[in-house]
Amino acid sequence: MGFPFILTIIVFAPLLGVLLLTLVAKTKEKLIKTVAILSTLPSLFLSIYLIISSKMGVELVSYSGKLSWMQFGNPEVFGKLYSIDYELGVDGFSLILLLLTALLSTLAAFASFQIKAGWKGYYMLFLLLEVGMLGVFAAENLILFFIFFEVTLVATFFLIGKWGLYEKERTAFSLLIYNGMGSAILLVVIMVLFAKTGTANIDALMSILSADDGTVFSSKVKTGLLIALFIAFGIKLPIWPFHSWMVKVHSEAPAAIVMLHAGVLLKIGAYGLIHFGLGFFPKQFESLTLWLAILGVINLLYGAFLALSQQELRKILAYSSISHMGIVLIGLAALNEAGIQGAMFQVVSHGLIAALFFYLIGIFYERYQSTSMADLNGLAKTMPIASGFLLVAGLASLGLPGMSGFVAEFLAFLGLFQEWPVIAVIACLGIILTAVYILRAVLGITFGQQEKAKMVRDMTAFEIWPAIILLLCIVGIGVYPDILSSTLKSIIIGLGG
Amino acid sequence: MDLDTLLSFSWHAMGPEFIILGTATLLSLLDLFLPRSFHRKWLGWLSVASIVAAIVFLLTLIGDTPFAILYDTFRLDSFAIAFKLVLLVAAGFVLLLAISYEPKEKLTEFRGEFFYLFLVALLGAMIMSSSGDLITLFVGLELMTLSSYILVGIRKKHLPSNESAMKYVINGGIATAITLFGMSYLYGVAGTTNLLEMAERLQELTNTQHLFLLALAFLMILVGLSFKIAAAPFHMWTPDVYEGAPIPVTAFLSIISKAAGFILIIRMFITVFYHIPDVSNNSSLLMALQSFLAVLAAVTMIWGNIVALRQTKIKRMLAYSSVAHAGYLLVAVTAFSAFMVETIWFYLTAYLFMTIAVFSLLQLMNIEEVKQLSGLSKRAPLLAVALALTMLGLAGIPGTSGFIGKLNIFLGALSTEPTHYLLAAILIATTVISYIYYFKLIIYAFFREANRTFQMSGKKMNGVIISICVLMTVLLGVFPQLAYDFLHQNFLSFYDFLQ
Repeated sequence: MGFPFILTIIVFAPLLGVLLLTLVAKTKEKLIKTVAILSTLPSLFLSIYLIISSKMGVELVSYSGKLSWMQFGNPEVFGKLYSIDYELGVDGFSLILLLLTALLSTLAAFASFQIKAGWKGYYMLFLLLEVGMLGVFAAENLILFFIFFEVTLVATFFLIGKWGLYEKERTAFSLLIYNGMGSAILLVVIMVLFAKTGTANIDALMSILSADDGTVFSSKVKTGLLIALFIAFGIKLPIWPFHSWMVKVHSEAPAAIVMLHAGVLLKIGAYGLIHFGLGFFPKQFESLTLWLAILGVINLLYGAFLALSQQELRKILAYSSISHMGIVLIGLAALNEAGIQGAMFQVVSHGLIAALFFYLIGIFYERYQSTSMADLNGLAKTMPIASGFLLVAGLASLGLPGMSGFVAEFLAFLGLFQEWPVIAVIACLGIILTAVYILRAVLGITFGQQEKAKMVRDMTAFEIWPAIILLLCIVGIGVYPDILSSTLKSIIIGLGG
Repeated sequence: MDLDTLLSFSWHAMGPEFIILGTATLLSLLDLFLPRSFHRKWLGWLSVASIVAAIVFLLTLIGDTPFAILYDTFRLDSFAIAFKLVLLVAAGFVLLLAISYEPKEKLTEFRGEFFYLFLVALLGAMIMSSSGDLITLFVGLELMTLSSYILVGIRKKHLPSNESAMKYVINGGIATAITLFGMSYLYGVAGTTNLLEMAERLQELTNTQHLFLLALAFLMILVGLSFKIAAAPFHMWTPDVYEGAPIPVTAFLSIISKAAGFILIIRMFITVFYHIPDVSNNSSLLMALQSFLAVLAAVTMIWGNIVALRQTKIKRMLAYSSVAHAGYLLVAVTAFSAFMVETIWFYLTAYLFMTIAVFSLLQLMNIEEVKQLSGLSKRAPLLAVALALTMLGLAGIPGTSGFIGKLNIFLGALSTEPTHYLLAAILIATTVISYIYYFKLIIYAFFREANRTFQMSGKKMNGVIISICVLMTVLLGVFPQLAYDFLHQNFLSFYDFLQ
């Protein structure tokens, strides 16, 4: 066994869990949960191994694996052949996201203990979702990327529609239709690229498109394709005005799924923008940066303002996600080393922070059957440990130095000030607003007065450790950002940052 | 024609047809003379056996150099063999459905008829895929159509069945008349009914007036065949007939009848019209008339998908879904890419398994309304999963054969010059619209609680059919190269029907 299959094992290891679960009776709750958690572990350990060995100097290329998969057209009759290979590979950025996915999946599998019924179906879909997410980041081929992308969509559709809260069906439907449109546009871009260049391999496409002087695609077509990509991934990210589905998902999906949704699935949008938008069409990207910066600021301020007026913790966090994704956009709009690095940091950092928030929300919901601020008031008295974590998560989210959020925002704004100072000044408002809404929510919940005190259990030792792991990662990146930046450096140079 | 000439033909080319014909005759005699007490389902098994025999025979014919018998009216080329395989496999499943079909008022008296009429209709479709002559094409078409009129109305005491048979006869009759009228122009201009000869003669056409006549013929035939494949706006019969007809017959109409329509379109249009030079003399008449096909495809996709949204009865919804799928297939025909025939073959194969699975599910659950699916996942989780996978396949979600088929069509539309951007965009947009109604079934089956229980009526057989079809849908979705390799290895020169 050489290196080439390690990515395949990472991506498809959870599928083994799905197969094992089919053999387990659906009433054996404990066994189902054990199997599910165990089957998220191989991917986690192997991706940690990948990170470590890449730090030791192993070339990432050596992990790439390739098998021939399908071919359209008969090679012996017509010269031209459209072949789609099964190829997996990673670069620095996707490797980090792979690790993030594997980590959050394991933690979310723990958080899913609060699911009350239908464990078997839930965990089977959950593991399928993990396969999809891992595959998205490991795919070296656009079609393969798309397939995994759709797998995540179908899996989340079922997870939300079946195990969500009050408006679960409508939420699942709106997720399906919005993202369905997004993937349709994405598929159009992918297929145009594939049909006209004859390859769907990401690296091959990058070199073809960068060498292209208008013979394959005129620059107008390229701009069109890039805008289509913006819309496709903008729906996922989400970029204002395509955000309404995502607010619904944040407030209606089971908490463990939102951990993955906010932590990983939204990041696919950012990953796609950086990897494909910037990677395939750098010149056209440059000409659109002003619009991107404006959209980023709108996202930032719109999310922050709406978060300010919400009474429901889930909604506050949903709008906070929109606001934080604005920072990814302005980092990309800066299009310099600091900006792009900031955007990538923000992707990882927000993934961790959002996951921590929703891990806590799952715990609150289990005890209070509600996540509205009014019901949670006075948490410091009833659940001191949990409220402590909430406070720390809030501080990380508003960008307190020493936490990962700070590094990301600092870099993104540094980049933006270099390119568009005026916009950057307006965007700074967002930082203030963020502090205001986060503190309003967190302090209100922690120290507010509760009229009728409800006696609840604090977090158990068993529940604490996932939060500690997340917190360690957040602080780790904040204190020693070089962990990430050394892995990201090569790809940023490659993208022309 | 004396006996020596008759014997000089290599009749083995028609082997599969003879098997089907012989069994159909035998069945009709047996049905007549066997006592009432003899259960007619054994006749069904006999017909399934004959289909298996025909498939085996057909497989032995693979690899022969293409040849024609009966003065070039019956051709055995790789195109014919490949599509006959699809027809036979589909017919096998349809017959299995028919064996386990048990309507309320029982079919006892007509059960025998049921089977041999299916075989005769299948025979018509097979002759169509092999014919090299307008006469055989038309005879095949009529053989299939006439048998299916009776099949639709076979529940003689069931009002909707009668109504749909009546509608089908009238619509089908008009369609046939229009097709025949179009063919008569072709004959008039070319002076021959043989397709290849016709292509040769028409190539030397110089009078541009004749070109307009040919274009008219093209449109007439296209309109006539649009009825068969259920393309909008000639699909009006589809929902009513699908709803009224017995389930095996509906499955027959939506797969074999549709496939036969496409076989006819490909055979005739490519053989004849592709070689006729255009008025401007720099492209072929088929290319010049491409825009008509494109409009037909676009209207079919949009109409089928949008109207399907409003349906509350499953069979009507499936009828519009089958209209939509005809639209997708027409995109492949319009694009005319280098791998068009492979694309259509694969799509029909994928569509066959998905459609059989869904009709088998319907027959097993014995339900009509979408609402009745509520609570399926609790009551019969495996059936619910099968339903979900089938719906995902029809919606074209990755991991199923429906996705690969659509991907292939999409690639075809984008890889040709001129590129059909608009058509491709419509294809993808309507696919997203189709998510709404396909997922509606999933939502009812999985997310809604049952308000009343439904009576499962089906037998074990349906379970077997469903498992095979769902398995194939997933298998072809994950390893599509299995099908493509089979195609490329056995039918290397797919276009030998042009020579």
